[in-house]
Amino acid sequence: MKPRQNKKSVCFYFQVHQPYRLSKCNVFEIGAKSDYFKGPWNHENQKVFEKVAHKCYLPTNALILELLNRYPEFKVSYSFSGVFLEQCEKFGEVGKQVLDSFKKIVATGRAEVLCETYYHSLAWLFSKEEFALQIKKHLKMVYRHFRKKPSIFRNTELIYNNEIAEFIREMGFKGILAEGWDHYLDWRSPNYLYTPQKTDLHPEDRRIAKTNAIRKTVSSALPLLLKNYKLSDDIAFRFSNRGWNQWPMTADKFASWTDAADGNTVNLFMDYETFGEHQWEDTGIFEFMRHLPNELLKRNIVFRTPSETVKALKPVGVLDVPYLMSWADMERDLSAWCSNEMQEAALKRIFDLERRVKDLLPYLPKTKQEELLSVWRKMQTSDHFYYMCTKYWNDGDVHAYFSPYESPYDAFITYMNTLSDFEHKLSLTPVHA
Amino acid sequence: MNILMFGWEFPPIQNGGLGVACHGIVEGLIGNGHAVYLVLPKVAPEMQMFSPEVLKLLTASESGGFVKVAGVPGGLYSPYATAQNYENWIKEVKKKEPGMIYSDNLFEEVHRYAAQASVHAKHVPHEVIHTHDWLTAEAGIQAKKISDQPHVMHVHATEFDRSGDNPNQTVYDMERRGMEHADRVIAVSEYTKKIITKHYGVPEWKIDVVHNAVKPNFSAYHKTHHLNKTDKIVLFLGRMTMQKGPDYFLKMAKRILEVIQRVKFIMAGDGDMMHQTVRMAAELGIERNVLFAGFLKGDEIARAYGAADLYVMPSVSEPFGITPLEAIQNGAPVLISKQSGVSEVIKNALKVDFWDIDEMANKAIAVLQHPALSNTLKTHGKHEVERMTWHKQAKEIEKTYLKTRGKK
Repeated sequence: MKPRQNKKSVCFYFQVHQPYRLSKCNVFEIGAKSDYFKGPWNHENQKVFEKVAHKCYLPTNALILELLNRYPEFKVSYSFSGVFLEQCEKFGEVGKQVLDSFKKIVATGRAEVLCETYYHSLAWLFSKEEFALQIKKHLKMVYRHFRKKPSIFRNTELIYNNEIAEFIREMGFKGILAEGWDHYLDWRSPNYLYTPQKTDLHPEDRRIAKTNAIRKTVSSALPLLLKNYKLSDDIAFRFSNRGWNQWPMTADKFASWTDAADGNTVNLFMDYETFGEHQWEDTGIFEFMRHLPNELLKRNIVFRTPSETVKALKPVGVLDVPYLMSWADMERDLSAWCSNEMQEAALKRIFDLERRVKDLLPYLPKTKQEELLSVWRKMQTSDHFYYMCTKYWNDGDVHAYFSPYESPYDAFITYMNTLSDFEHKLSLTPVHA
Repeated sequence: MNILMFGWEFPPIQNGGLGVACHGIVEGLIGNGHAVYLVLPKVAPEMQMFSPEVLKLLTASESGGFVKVAGVPGGLYSPYATAQNYENWIKEVKKKEPGMIYSDNLFEEVHRYAAQASVHAKHVPHEVIHTHDWLTAEAGIQAKKISDQPHVMHVHATEFDRSGDNPNQTVYDMERRGMEHADRVIAVSEYTKKIITKHYGVPEWKIDVVHNAVKPNFSAYHKTHHLNKTDKIVLFLGRMTMQKGPDYFLKMAKRILEVIQRVKFIMAGDGDMMHQTVRMAAELGIERNVLFAGFLKGDEIARAYGAADLYVMPSVSEPFGITPLEAIQNGAPVLISKQSGVSEVIKNALKVDFWDIDEMANKAIAVLQHPALSNTLKTHGKHEVERMTWHKQAKEIEKTYLKTRGKK
């Protein structure tokens, strides 16, 4: 092993999210629909949660805790969507077990919790105010459960551009995560820290960011951590692919690739469901993860959380991302959520309701206010729009297409009918001028 | 390869989907370099749309067979006609044209065709015999006896689709006999394959599924009609028979009108349920919104699709169902029954169980109310249909031919 002045580190970040899938709603139920968020009959949210809990959350949490106990150097980070944490609270004994096991991990002090929009929403695209409010709501939720105050932000599906970075900096965050996409990096490596290209915000947006700032001191430049998508996807997507010329993947092999990589931080960002749900247990994914920390440590590679990475390293350059980018699909753009007319119509309609919903609030008692906002915001979760995506639907790539509905069209019809019911209820809410 | 094919109808003299499919298959096979000898009950000069080197059209009566009768006009029998329908129909024809000598019985016609047509196997060079449905299966059986070449039976519809729970025993027996004798069976859908294994006891290994395709469409009819412009149009196009579910269409219409009033339901087609359907519209109290257009031909069909805001195919049992693909080609979004073969191949369509009236109405209303949904269905549907070609499907048929080699 060659000695390193500043050891190379691996930064693990896992995304933990469950949407509230909409119950089937047909046009004849408009005006009388009661439970929007139970889920379609064959994908009831509680059942999905329980299934994922048993296949992924509980066994993976046990493994991560085991690794944290065995290796004092091991560190991870998580982002829990607010709607996921809500479901933990709501779904009985299993929900409690899942939440408790996450709490144990965080209590070791070596698992950082990141911040995102509470509703895993696309609010940034339509309303900066909503975006800021959902961030603050998320911080509260995280504090309530974990007694932690996140200082690193990751947007829904790593949606990112210069403007978002500037807004987030203005809100007082100390770092932000994004995709390490070649299109913007060009010849550069994602394995370094960067700073976003400075950009000016609309005065109104800057005002919103300042008003909703989470701390008084604002850093002059926001460090940017970029996902190493090649190595991340070797685990998240290719791990069990027998057609891949590197199959089978071993901890030893992966660690040697990490060792061979340039730069000083290898950022491995992925969905937590990678473990046990996307890659089933019988693929050996748990065994792989069990051995990975030791293999990395053997090669003198350490672990850092995003906050530690930001503190330990200096940005090497400026990254200019003028257009919106995400971590989704080959395109790394927003086409999974807003590329066809249905998605555009649905997004427009839900965010057009903002003023109507907010104007009603003063006329409602506190609990009703919460309820109204919660329903409206749960319908902003990005997954609803993802289900309407026709991209993969047409390619016949059923594996890349994950949806509880029979087709994007069914997803759209259910969404619009539910929204009609919601609008109907809004119109019934008494307003005493 | 030389293919001896026994057909029943062929464009432009045809009554329905069998002729359309047969034409597509022949075109696809020729495009892939095969030669087809197509034997029909009657050949008209306008049927010869390919060069005679690759497609030879033969009349059953020209075969030099032992049964000597006058040539029978093509398009005489609808391949969909049940035996009962045929009897009623032939009575009508005889009243109008008393001089004609048709058999009173569809089965006699089928046997006569078989006896004459199969004799072509004696002098036509061929390596495979291809038959379509029960009407020509017997000809295939006889031809195989003559030439000892493999027989492939193509099943476009079964008696269970046409007659539901009351199949005609004679038709069923002939279908079954055909499939038993055939070296391989081609089913037009997985849906049909299931019926064939379940009701006809044909082993699975013997059946290949080859879905139909659709010929490219060049007509460009836009939404033009003489109804009130603000009215939405929902179209039914097909025979008015139990199989096509016109009654379900009307029940759906009733439900839709409870939510949106400005909708006209156009029902195009004729059949034994015609009177019943007209009566039912009145009984449901929606007769003002239901218009009957009668049997449409050629361009009228394309225009009807072009005018429609939604095409609905509520079939109770549809082995394939080419009409939704034609509707999509002409720019109409479609809502189709899941009890159909076409629902296996088209993704950009709304699908529903034919008996689920509320869901059918729900989806129809969504299309009529949300241009975003209608437009997405239209654009994506068009792209999808463009990729379905008879050329590709004929390659699949060729694979079936090859499977018969050395396994007589």
